[in-house]
Amino acid sequence: MPLNLAPRPLFRAPAGLRALIAAQSRFYSAPSPNARLNLPTDFSTTPLLHHSASSALANPELPESVRKHSKTVRQQLHESINSALRHALTQDDNVLLFGEDLAFGGVFRCSANLHSDFGDSRVFNTPLSEQGIVGFAIGCAAQGMRPVAEIQFADYVYPAFDQLVNEAAKFRYRAGTTGVHCGGLVVRMPCGGVGHGALYHSQSPESLFTHVPGLRVVMPRSPFQAKGLLAASIASNDPVIFMEPKNLYRASREEVPVDPYTLPLSKAEILKPGKDVTVISYGAPLYTCSDAITHAEKDFGCSVELIDLRTIYPWDRPTILESVKKTGRAVVVHESMVNAGVGAEVAATIQEQCFLRLEAPVQRVAGWSTHVGLVYEKFLMPDVVRVYDAIKTAIEY
Amino acid sequence: MMLARIQQRRAIASCPHRIPRIGELGPQKRWKTTQAVAQQPWSDSLQFPGAIHSKFTTSLRFASTDPNHAMSTFRIMDAEGRLVDSSRAPINLSPEEVCKMYLDMLTVSIMDPIMQQAQRQGRLSFYMNSAGEEGIGVGSASALSSEDTIFLQYRETGVFQYRGFKLEEFMNQLFANSKDYGCGRNMPVHYGSRHLNIHTISSPLATQLPQASGAAYALKLQHLQSPSTVSKKVVACFFGDGAASEGDFHAALNIAATRSCPVIFLCRNNGYAISTPTLEQYRGDGIASRGVGYGIDTIRVDGNDIFAVREATLKARELALTGEMRPILIEAMSYRVSHHSTSDDSTKYRSGHEIDAWRRRDNPITRLRKWMEREGLWDEAREKEAQNRIKKEIMKAFNEAEREKKPRLGNLFNDVYEELTEEQREQVASLRKTIETYPAEYDVEQFEGGLDGLDTR
Repeated sequence: MPLNLAPRPLFRAPAGLRALIAAQSRFYSAPSPNARLNLPTDFSTTPLLHHSASSALANPELPESVRKHSKTVRQQLHESINSALRHALTQDDNVLLFGEDLAFGGVFRCSANLHSDFGDSRVFNTPLSEQGIVGFAIGCAAQGMRPVAEIQFADYVYPAFDQLVNEAAKFRYRAGTTGVHCGGLVVRMPCGGVGHGALYHSQSPESLFTHVPGLRVVMPRSPFQAKGLLAASIASNDPVIFMEPKNLYRASREEVPVDPYTLPLSKAEILKPGKDVTVISYGAPLYTCSDAITHAEKDFGCSVELIDLRTIYPWDRPTILESVKKTGRAVVVHESMVNAGVGAEVAATIQEQCFLRLEAPVQRVAGWSTHVGLVYEKFLMPDVVRVYDAIKTAIEY
Repeated sequence: MMLARIQQRRAIASCPHRIPRIGELGPQKRWKTTQAVAQQPWSDSLQFPGAIHSKFTTSLRFASTDPNHAMSTFRIMDAEGRLVDSSRAPINLSPEEVCKMYLDMLTVSIMDPIMQQAQRQGRLSFYMNSAGEEGIGVGSASALSSEDTIFLQYRETGVFQYRGFKLEEFMNQLFANSKDYGCGRNMPVHYGSRHLNIHTISSPLATQLPQASGAAYALKLQHLQSPSTVSKKVVACFFGDGAASEGDFHAALNIAATRSCPVIFLCRNNGYAISTPTLEQYRGDGIASRGVGYGIDTIRVDGNDIFAVREATLKARELALTGEMRPILIEAMSYRVSHHSTSDDSTKYRSGHEIDAWRRRDNPITRLRKWMEREGLWDEAREKEAQNRIKKEIMKAFNEAEREKKPRLGNLFNDVYEELTEEQREQVASLRKTIETYPAEYDVEQFEGGLDGLDTR
């Protein structure tokens, strides 16, 4: 895995010292020497990414004009987010972009060149205050703008929790027939493990927001998806929490249509059809799931269906329930801790509505109920082994 | 050379946020918009980027507030309704306008005890009154354009009254009936009105402050994008001295200053946040002294002097819209004569004697009345007639609102999202089934449309 957390090294050691460090070091995040399952995802071959233009443009969710006429370009996730933001700023004067360190391009380069092209009035830095950023954004949106606010890391969204839960989520409801709302609001935030982010650069707080009616919670898994889902989030008239798996910013690369397009919110995507087990996930762990499924199908001779939730709330219950009614077994996978996580909601809903079709208890593969201690991340996050083992448990039950 | 650099930096800092189109600017690097600052060995002042104008000193002295020299309080008339400064121009208001301001304060002060009583009788779930602070709401509202956007805390009934919120609109909200704009979802006194450009009040304190900054930024941008069709407007944002202790106060003032937002922050400093006196709320010179720290032009006014509140707000509005636009802070000093709310007995933490003294000695309504009587605009007969008429109008609106049905049951689910979710539709069906199975357990007939009202859009 590349060390892609920090935007750029602030300190570059002299050549002699670098050589000394190199001679005495091992790779920070190397796999176990004899590992068969827990190997890094090969993003250049994973079936979850579009490696050709024809594959990208074949997506039936794309508008016909894009499928027929758009070119594609190979983009990393941060580049496709940048494209979506650029399209939004171009198409609608009401779109604004702001947050901490956003003007120079952002610490993950998602807003690169937007300040110079769209001007300081529409793309700008804010003071370092998350509650201020979100409160400011709500006010902009309530006045008819479409602000896209950035929280630098999802780990730092908590100061803005009050503004999101008590204000953004309830604005339309309490305003009633006055019709005032802050639906133009999107709050973007990088989230998820990155190998060395420790306590405050690794969190995925999505379940805190899925408990809040009034908010939409979206997490893309790829550059293609990020562009379409972010465009849809900006167009949505409900406030959206848009969570970007930061370990995919540079790791994932695929063909993305150059033209603007949206992908539907609250609609799951079946990535791979199967008959015996349904694996449900979202964001970065989908790659782990895909790798685990490849091994499981080969080793156990089973057929696994893989579903990407995409919108975590309000979620696409019918697609998941229909799948589990067909397969009779379900595994839910996410990075954030298992206790009261998204998996709990998904598993409980499956249990309620597919009870007679279930052949095995719903498996939850998620972060343990602890914190992301620096050196323990590999033992905490769902990995290929744990997903593989959950599939095994489900089919052998 | 140093001076030139500072002037250059200032010029850049005061440059309005223009709206360039794509291509207009051409390639532009971010670093060109900021100026390098370097500390020169011969300089007599600080040149670190964080403070470029600070002279060096060799005396070790900590800055502190001087308890004997608090920021002064702007007033126009004294407690007897006399103009304090005879050299000032006379009050520039038509008799009709002064009478409207007086009657609006009077209306709030008559409505408050009636609704307080209604709550005591259990006819209303909750109420908060504005006694002692009617002048702040009415005086400031009279200085704003009707197109200016307003964010409120909850003790600003005078703002609604001045802007033209009708008695039946107050009552519909208080009784949470089917005509309430809030669809019966909010506690009483959480008014809101789109056509009056007042955002719906929410209970969490100070959350409206950074929102007001954002709204002001939006108004500014909308004007700059279409200067010929969209006029310059400000946002006025009200809050109490207690709310100013919240982090959102800090966030709001700082971001409003850095983004040059045309917002007037109007603090009602009434001495108490529920039971907490200001001595336990802060140790600086009130709220006003903080504004200066954020680089915000600030004034403290006598909140019982409606003319002072009006003049300060008029000037604040003008300043906020001048040049590249900017925020202004007004701290209006007053005394919370009433209990905090109907759930509070304020004699538990302050003496009835203290309250009575304020009620009798100094109050914005009697102060203006004394001025008006001296000007020949008001007398006892008019006072009696007005009081009786307003009381009757309030009771009429009260009785009509109380008789209305409650809103449709479907409003429990509507407006959470723009459209109902699949999960919510299932929950609506589930609730309907429960009510149908146990009809005696639920009184649905008091809601408009009964059980059928549960069918949402």
